[in-house]
Amino acid sequence: MSDYKAVIGLEVHAELDTASKIYCGCTTAFGGEENTHVCPICLGLPGALPLLNRKVVEFCIKAGLALNCKINNYSRQDRKHYFYPDLPKSFQTSQLDLPICYDGYLDIEVNGQTKRIGITRIHIEEDAGKLIHGLTGTRVDYNRGATGLIEIVSEPDLTNPDEVYAYMETLRQVLLYTGVSNCKMEEGSLRCDVNVSIHREGEPFGVRTEMKNLNSLSAAKAAAAYEIKRQKQVLAEGGDLFQATLRWDDAKGINYVMRVKEHADEYYYFPEPDIMPIVITPEEVEAIRATLPELPKARQQRYKSQYGLSDYDANILTVSKALSDLFDQAVACEAPAKVCANFIMGDITRLLNEKALQPEEVPFGGKELAELANLISQGAISSSAGSKVVELLFQPEFAGKAPKAIVEEQNLGQVSDQGAIKAMCQQVIDANPKVVEDYRGGKKQAISALVGQVMKASKGKANPAMANQLLEELLNG
Amino acid sequence: MDNMQKQELASLTLTQAAGLLAKGETSSSELTQLMLERIAASDNNAYITVNAEAMAAAEAADARRRTGQSLSLVDGVPMALKDNFCVRGMKTTCASRMLENFVPPYTAAVAEKLADAGTVLLGKVNMDEFAAGNATDTSYFGPTKNPRDPRRVAGGSSGGSAAAVAEDTAYFTMGSDTGGSVRQPAAFCGVVGLKPTYGRVSRYGVVAFASSLDQVGPLNKTVEDCALTLSLIAGCDPRDASSLPSPVPDYLAGLKGAEGLKGLRVGVPQEYMGPGIQEDIRQNVKKLISDLQAAGALVEECSLPQLEYALGAYYVISSAEFSSNLGRFDGVKYGYRAKGYDGYDDMLRRSRSEAFGDEVKRRILLGTYTLSAGYFDAYYLRAQKARTLIIEDFRRAFGKYDILLTPTAPVTPWLLGTAFADPSQVYAMDMCTVSVNVAGLPAISVPWGVDRDGLPVGVQLIGPALSEDRILQAAHGVEALANSGQIPGQKGGAAHV
Ligand SMILES: [Zn+2]
Repeated sequence: MSDYKAVIGLEVHAELDTASKIYCGCTTAFGGEENTHVCPICLGLPGALPLLNRKVVEFCIKAGLALNCKINNYSRQDRKHYFYPDLPKSFQTSQLDLPICYDGYLDIEVNGQTKRIGITRIHIEEDAGKLIHGLTGTRVDYNRGATGLIEIVSEPDLTNPDEVYAYMETLRQVLLYTGVSNCKMEEGSLRCDVNVSIHREGEPFGVRTEMKNLNSLSAAKAAAAYEIKRQKQVLAEGGDLFQATLRWDDAKGINYVMRVKEHADEYYYFPEPDIMPIVITPEEVEAIRATLPELPKARQQRYKSQYGLSDYDANILTVSKALSDLFDQAVACEAPAKVCANFIMGDITRLLNEKALQPEEVPFGGKELAELANLISQGAISSSAGSKVVELLFQPEFAGKAPKAIVEEQNLGQVSDQGAIKAMCQQVIDANPKVVEDYRGGKKQAISALVGQVMKASKGKANPAMANQLLEELLNG
Repeated sequence: MDNMQKQELASLTLTQAAGLLAKGETSSSELTQLMLERIAASDNNAYITVNAEAMAAAEAADARRRTGQSLSLVDGVPMALKDNFCVRGMKTTCASRMLENFVPPYTAAVAEKLADAGTVLLGKVNMDEFAAGNATDTSYFGPTKNPRDPRRVAGGSSGGSAAAVAEDTAYFTMGSDTGGSVRQPAAFCGVVGLKPTYGRVSRYGVVAFASSLDQVGPLNKTVEDCALTLSLIAGCDPRDASSLPSPVPDYLAGLKGAEGLKGLRVGVPQEYMGPGIQEDIRQNVKKLISDLQAAGALVEECSLPQLEYALGAYYVISSAEFSSNLGRFDGVKYGYRAKGYDGYDDMLRRSRSEAFGDEVKRRILLGTYTLSAGYFDAYYLRAQKARTLIIEDFRRAFGKYDILLTPTAPVTPWLLGTAFADPSQVYAMDMCTVSVNVAGLPAISVPWGVDRDGLPVGVQLIGPALSEDRILQAAHGVEALANSGQIPGQKGGAAHV
């Protein structure tokens, strides 16, 4: 039983962050009163005609280039037919055999190992509306309808749930870096379908099942893990697997069969006659390539080689493009990299969480962070005073203030006056005979407790290195 | 005004009516009032909906004219639209129970252009249900009778548009042509009908039949009126991606009567002169050939062998697109919804079963079948290949000829209620017109004499893409020959006053 291997492929839908929908001028803003972001075109009213938003094509190309895809110079849209109330035209305008992007890859890292996952294709299509089940019946809200989507189809190169998680995480990061999608999974901007089969090495692939619309990284991982286990168990018990679409219940951590597929799906595809073929020139592709930002992988490498940051730090720093940009701006102002990194990974991240802010909403820039980091490295303020400055910078009344000015105004400067600190050290030694006894008895680490007392007495302003040195002198003298 | 004067006023051409308006010898209110009276008195069932605002629009046009602020030459001329043109606030039924009470919240591009020119919308005219048909006998609101012989069909699908022009209840009308739906009823009712180049006139707001074949076109009393109407509606519309950016020429400038025929190279495809064509229609066309030659045209028989596949390719492509375009009528958002349904699937099935007529259902089934995974290559893909060959055939022919001449229809209007053994016989009635749509070309139908029963015969002039000016010029010549009264039984296709 344990020699079964899982084969997993993912289909990820990302809503594009274009200002207007894919075929009309309606806004793509999330929410809004039901059926207010609509017009004859996105409602599919008879006679209305779609007009392809070229930004959607551009965003798809951008995502494709970031995922190392080739770009089709001639592409087109096709109608995919099925009846459902949230689909106003009874077909979704999608792409069948001429997607905009094809044949790419994404490198992911699992347990320190890099693995290359193939990207089969990326195509554009329109989103559907939303059903709202009420007490008296079901309503349809078409606000989201005809928002531009890209569907990113992976090769079945994934073999375990950890890889699923890493793939989704890395993909999300790439999409965020390129700015094509806001990837807000809680708003449905990023969703994934997980296809799972198992087989023995050397044997053909097994029967495939599909779980649709998983809306968090952990749900995708858990669903894959559950399904692999379920399939193994069915086979172990001598049962048969069926091609099926399953629904993942994230709360209960189990899946249900929604529909057993006896035939391949029939969508009556044919080329969309109302949209002209999509012609993409090599010049256009190069122009878009030139706008690609540095991607997370390249940034991590640079942070390690240029600033000597650890793997861990480099990875954490690049999770958010906004925070990583902040780091780059600060370092560009000649600030010590490690100190800047620590502020971002520590105080800044903590405060963003506490205040429920997005990484883009840090209320100060790289210049301020650089100034602060330099104050620390020059010994002008202590690290605890540094934390205090960051905290103040997050408050509206300190907005736009320079860290130096805050330090002066709040009297947060570090005391490096040897005489004053020496006096404080003597007081601490006198007040803590037990600790002093421990130290003299050979427990050298007891000195850190005394340093802590000095810092406390100085309200955090004493230079801790100096306090340590003076305490040693006094105790050993 | 006595009845004689009224009849005279009603039978004015668009150009003449505009002329009288300009001279102040009539008013939009007078013309509109007259048209409304005639619509009410007619038994031909050309109209589905009469515009309650028509008189108000006419009075506004008159007010503009009094203050020298007329919007165009045709400001105040009453006209009608086929009932698949969306007009904000006015029912757009497509002659179907499905849209019996559908009031669109927006207006079609062409309806907008005509309103901007100041024309007065009299109402919406009858058609085959969702334009699927060639006799206006599949309308949920009953068939339109042919004003030339009310026992007979008006042709279709723009039968109401043709009948309204023929019975003088509109000075011109708009139709849509997917496989002959403007030209064939024009021929059947003895009026002029133009199908412009695909993309020449915006399709925006016209309920789609087959998106890659549909084109909006005018129906008129004369070729001159047709040229004038085309100049009002042609041009690029950014809302229609298939719209062509080419500039719009002066369509009236080239109209020179029989003079315009001199040196014209005319090809007559033998594929449309065979035994499938009613004998007296063939004779009429032959008479035209000798008249054209006498007028200085160079006429030659020719062959476009791929046309053989046009009818098949047309029915495959048009039905496929039709089935797709009509999927949206599901009872969810607007249109007919069955009562007492049990859940979405039941609502969908029953609403569509109850609200669509047989011909619509037949084409939805046909289209769905040809798009099925197992049949797509054999039907849809092959039809598209045939389409490429047909386009190539026309391209070759237009290397040699300026225009091609064919009968518009293989028959003259049949009796209402005629039972055909099977639908393919009805479909074969489109044999002369569909290839033009398949190739996206412009073509015009002009009245040319009558058959042995005195029923109107139309001839079709086909030109290369964007040659509307050329085919209008040739049609103007043909019309002049017709009016010269050389054809036995010819009542005259143009001169009404
Ligand atoms: Zn819209």
